[in-house]
Amino acid sequence: MIKSATKVTAWKVWITRFALLAALLAAWQIAADSSKVTRFFVGTPLRVGEVIYEWFASGEIYYHLAITLIETLLAFFLGAGLALVVGLWLALNAFWSAVLDPFIKAINTMPRLILAPIFAVWFGLGIWSKVALGITIVFFIVFFNVYQGIKEVSPVLLANVRMLGANRVQLIRRVYIPSALSWVFSSLHLSVGMAFVGAVIGEYLGSAAGVGYLILQAESTFDIDVVLAGIVVLTIFALFLDMLVTKIESWLLGWRADRG
Amino acid sequence: MDAGRPMQPAIDLKAVTCTFGERGGVEPYIAVRDASLTLADGEFISIVGPTGCGKSTLLNVAAGLLDPTSGSARTFGTPIAGINRHAAYMFQADALLPWLTARDNVSLGLELQGVGKAEAAERSEAWLRRVGLGAHGHKYPHQLSGGMKKRVALAQVLVIEPRILLMDEPFSALDVQTRQLMENELLEIWSAEKKSVLFVTHDLEEAISLSDRVIVLSAGPATRPVAEFVIDIARPRDVTEIIHSQRYLEIHKLIWNELKEEVLKSYRRSLDVAP
Repeated sequence: MIKSATKVTAWKVWITRFALLAALLAAWQIAADSSKVTRFFVGTPLRVGEVIYEWFASGEIYYHLAITLIETLLAFFLGAGLALVVGLWLALNAFWSAVLDPFIKAINTMPRLILAPIFAVWFGLGIWSKVALGITIVFFIVFFNVYQGIKEVSPVLLANVRMLGANRVQLIRRVYIPSALSWVFSSLHLSVGMAFVGAVIGEYLGSAAGVGYLILQAESTFDIDVVLAGIVVLTIFALFLDMLVTKIESWLLGWRADRG
Repeated sequence: MDAGRPMQPAIDLKAVTCTFGERGGVEPYIAVRDASLTLADGEFISIVGPTGCGKSTLLNVAAGLLDPTSGSARTFGTPIAGINRHAAYMFQADALLPWLTARDNVSLGLELQGVGKAEAAERSEAWLRRVGLGAHGHKYPHQLSGGMKKRVALAQVLVIEPRILLMDEPFSALDVQTRQLMENELLEIWSAEKKSVLFVTHDLEEAISLSDRVIVLSAGPATRPVAEFVIDIARPRDVTEIIHSQRYLEIHKLIWNELKEEVLKSYRRSLDVAP
């Protein structure tokens, strides 16, 4: 019932959305045109559009997007990989899990963005300081999911696979890891998103390339239009990344009931 | 002496006691006390008893999943240490791997035991067909009905060709019609393959129609077998027909008289414990 109701009015929703967007942009443009002061503070949508067009026309933006993307992917894969190993180890080792518990809680509670300047000193202004920042964020998201995924493996499932002849190593490979991965996959949106945030914030706090760097530069010359253009590009890029994750997710989790 | 040695029983439990929670500081819970049970090679035994009386505990001892606190457990003459490699276990709860297709679930046991891919695929495909799921091998568990999942689980344990089949209320979640179909199929497979079966159930009807012998357990805690009945109804049997026969009714009455007392005891205890 609900589904068919939305289907009927889908085109209305889209038209209203475009109308709303157009109205917002128009209001913005009118406000900007009203005085030089407002223009300085909020820029104008036309100028922002121009900047974006120039970036893509000249191809300048692709280099920066590529850098941000590489940082995001490196942070995600390294952070998730590390979290998988550590999560697996601690979930299966009660002693070390108990020993490290307060440390993990402390590091997780710490606002980790504050580490960015330290990483800049350690790893320089290149991509690795951004990757390091991304890892510290991604690691904990994935780690807690892996830990949970392993703790929640049904004892009946384990007993069944043991009865079918699995030894300890096979149990880890055939039951624990798939179970942990399914939890990691279901937090893919969050962890990829946070890897992206880590990369951009890292760039913004000190870098030589990337979309965050473009914003940083524009801000230092008070060029609000370029700052906003950078934000728009980042937003579109993040949406694109999220769509990609959705595709990958439905492919990886095809076996799950809630994704018929 | 050696040449004329009689067949060793498939499962031989002697004075098995299982206690839980001894180190927890709380009072230990004695699930099973002094239980003895012998499952002959090729025999079909059902264990019935009140809910929560430790039926599964005995099965877990036979499977090697649980070490008895005292007493001895043997399979074909050798003590059970670790997993009982002669046995396969069919659980009450859903135990299929949700991320594997029906086909991969069935071939899992063979792969774990190092059987080559081609042979594993061939043998599991044959078992899938035998349980009537030849066309559903590519589906994931969540895409299968309850009855189909049980069929996959049955194929999953039978493909590794165990000599002993341990079954813990395997069909209790199914509707009556599906359940009777599965019971008939189980009997067919059992008579063709000559497995030894230890079948736990709370359903007396099911126990009688399937088994050679029915063992009644006392109410828990400290469960032990209190009575044993030989089911002398001719085979092959059809579980949908057998319940109308005169002999079935007689046996049912006999066993129920015994079981009723234990069920009532268990019921009264559960009331005492309840706040």
